[in-house]
Amino acid sequence: MKKKMTVFLLVTLLLPGMLFAQGTAEKPSVTTVQKEKTVLEFWTWRPEDVDFYAAQIAKFEALNPDIQIIQTAQKNTEYNTILAASLSGGAGPDVFQGRAYGGLATFADSGFLEPLEQWMPELKDYSATALLGATSPTDGRIYGSPAVSQTVFMYYNKAIYKKLGLSIPKTWDQLLANFDAVKKAGYLALGNGAKDGWTLETMLGGMGPGFYGATSFYNDVVDGKKNFEDPAFIFMMEQMKSLTKYMPDMYMGVGYDDMRSYFVNETAAHLIAGSYEAAYFKSQNPSLDFGIFAIPSAKAFDPAYVSVYADMNFAVNAHSKHKEAAIEFLHFLSSKEFGNAMVRDLKMVSAVPGVDASFDPFIASVLDLQKNSTPYLFLVGFRYKQPTGSSLWQAAAQGVMAGTITPEQAAKQIQSGIASYYTPFQK
Amino acid sequence: MNRRKLHKGLWITFFISPGLLVVGLFILLPLFLSLYNSLFSWEQLIRLEFVGFDNFKRLFFAYPYNERFSNALGNNLTWFISTMLIQNSLGLLFGYLLSRNIPGAEAFKRIFFIPVLFSIVAVGFLWGIYLKPTGLVNKFLEIVGLGALKQAWLGSEQLSTPSIIAVNIWRWVGFPTLVFLAAIDNVPQECLEAAYMEGVSEWQLFWKIIFPLIVPSLTIITVLTIIGSLNVFEQVYTMTGLDGGPNYSTDTIGTLFYRTAFGSVDAGSPEIGIGSAIGVVIYLLTFAISLISIFVTKRKEVQL
Repeated sequence: MKKKMTVFLLVTLLLPGMLFAQGTAEKPSVTTVQKEKTVLEFWTWRPEDVDFYAAQIAKFEALNPDIQIIQTAQKNTEYNTILAASLSGGAGPDVFQGRAYGGLATFADSGFLEPLEQWMPELKDYSATALLGATSPTDGRIYGSPAVSQTVFMYYNKAIYKKLGLSIPKTWDQLLANFDAVKKAGYLALGNGAKDGWTLETMLGGMGPGFYGATSFYNDVVDGKKNFEDPAFIFMMEQMKSLTKYMPDMYMGVGYDDMRSYFVNETAAHLIAGSYEAAYFKSQNPSLDFGIFAIPSAKAFDPAYVSVYADMNFAVNAHSKHKEAAIEFLHFLSSKEFGNAMVRDLKMVSAVPGVDASFDPFIASVLDLQKNSTPYLFLVGFRYKQPTGSSLWQAAAQGVMAGTITPEQAAKQIQSGIASYYTPFQK
Repeated sequence: MNRRKLHKGLWITFFISPGLLVVGLFILLPLFLSLYNSLFSWEQLIRLEFVGFDNFKRLFFAYPYNERFSNALGNNLTWFISTMLIQNSLGLLFGYLLSRNIPGAEAFKRIFFIPVLFSIVAVGFLWGIYLKPTGLVNKFLEIVGLGALKQAWLGSEQLSTPSIIAVNIWRWVGFPTLVFLAAIDNVPQECLEAAYMEGVSEWQLFWKIIFPLIVPSLTIITVLTIIGSLNVFEQVYTMTGLDGGPNYSTDTIGTLFYRTAFGSVDAGSPEIGIGSAIGVVIYLLTFAISLISIFVTKRKEVQL
């Protein structure tokens, strides 16, 4: 009996082992068939652009039959975490979309990114704004091939404007008058909500610069000459709070997806958002006729500013087993043809020098607005260390919009948070 | 005799070693690794020099970590108290009613338990949609003439945590119900019959006889509630996001840990040292509080 039992136990334990052993034994024969092809993993944080990248990858593979690209799109908000986890674990993609500024520096300073100067001498032709977002402040080297810049401004519904006889506002008061007019006509004046903190940073980028003093304020806070308790910055928050009466009912519960759908469904006449939304708007509602303008400040003679930032860099894994092939693909992603496709299909402002963005009327109008641009305050200046300016702003702004804290308290929170590590503020 | 003992010992080792290996590899090892990591300073994703308990000191005393941590821990406490008071009382009530064979008891038993089987992420996602300003909940209030009660359930600092807790109670109340039902069903029939013959009321029967006999299951539910409340993560993550918005009102030590250790898109880069320290604190808290609660409730147990 005992013997039988032992035999039975041994068989049950060994059987799965044998089955798996068989599985692994089969594997090499599969890889030998595909051995000639180099397989590259390519990651993006844009599930909405999967088709676009698939079409471009097909073009690349036609030109390079010995390289196969496998595209994986991760959810935007989880991308950094997944990327950090897999790169730390010694795996991860060969080529991937990298963030800009602090988001890229995290990976660069950890030694996961390939410095690109020797591989791509043409990087020197890129604009300084684009390169700043791809450079690590620690060693000053370039770790990404700049792909696109983003601009934050006001989207407006042209059809509604036409119907109500409105024109693009030149002052803050005119803007509020337009808001009143569309509200009276039964539309939602401004589609923005406040449930997702980061959309309030976008709102700051759109309506803030005219009130806090745009680039001169940016330079002053970066140098430590001014801080975030500056009266102009507090006044800006008061103005932002005053917009809540034009925002959706229960705006504190309105998240990013709802904001976009208000504008796409033509319920909302305005939306403060980034240039990256245009392609989504077009795809969701091809008949939507929208335009853009820079949000004016209190006085007509002040220029209306838009916030601009480098957004996306294509980067190469420093530990990639197929670096040559990865660089080959990176060259493709940095080509004028690819840049033109990004402009044409994704409505994005490509950072590749020589790409003619102006043949797309939307991109042309973005470029026009960029003539009065200012750095996107917290991302460009204060997203290198924790607690980042962005995280402090997002939470504090939610408090201000909900009315649970005053703009002064919010300013103090932001200032003391950044001052905990930012030396120019510690003087 | 000795050979027999040795033989038995070998068999026991044989049977527990796979489980021990899994626990060791996936629970104990990461635990000690996070303790190890918490004792070092980190630059981005690279471990630098040994700093002792510096990360813990920063977590407890340096702004903004101290504020975030106490805020998150406060929310975990809210989770524990509300779950204990509302979910487990409801579970006890439902369990008792079902044990009394109310009409439709069999059907209710299944209905209460169905949400327990749902994936927590799916529940969070769906309720996140229902609780939107234009969602099902507000629409329902409007239809029944309670439009004045419409709220931005997940967007208000006062309501967001209670809303998520309510969803979690909806999802999980079937579990304590079933545990209490099984415990009540296990109370010996002769005890109850004897009590009935003595002419006790239903109220006395419950508090004097049934309740003392089901304390062991209360211990289990309490310990599970403590562990569950300290580990709240998915519910918040799916309904208000990693930042525990709005303005950290739904932040728990789980989301704080994740955000600090791994970073979040718009909010910043990872801080593994502090993150590991939070992980260690979560472990120690869970361990200590569970021990205390077992010790306290054990003393209340009654043996027949």
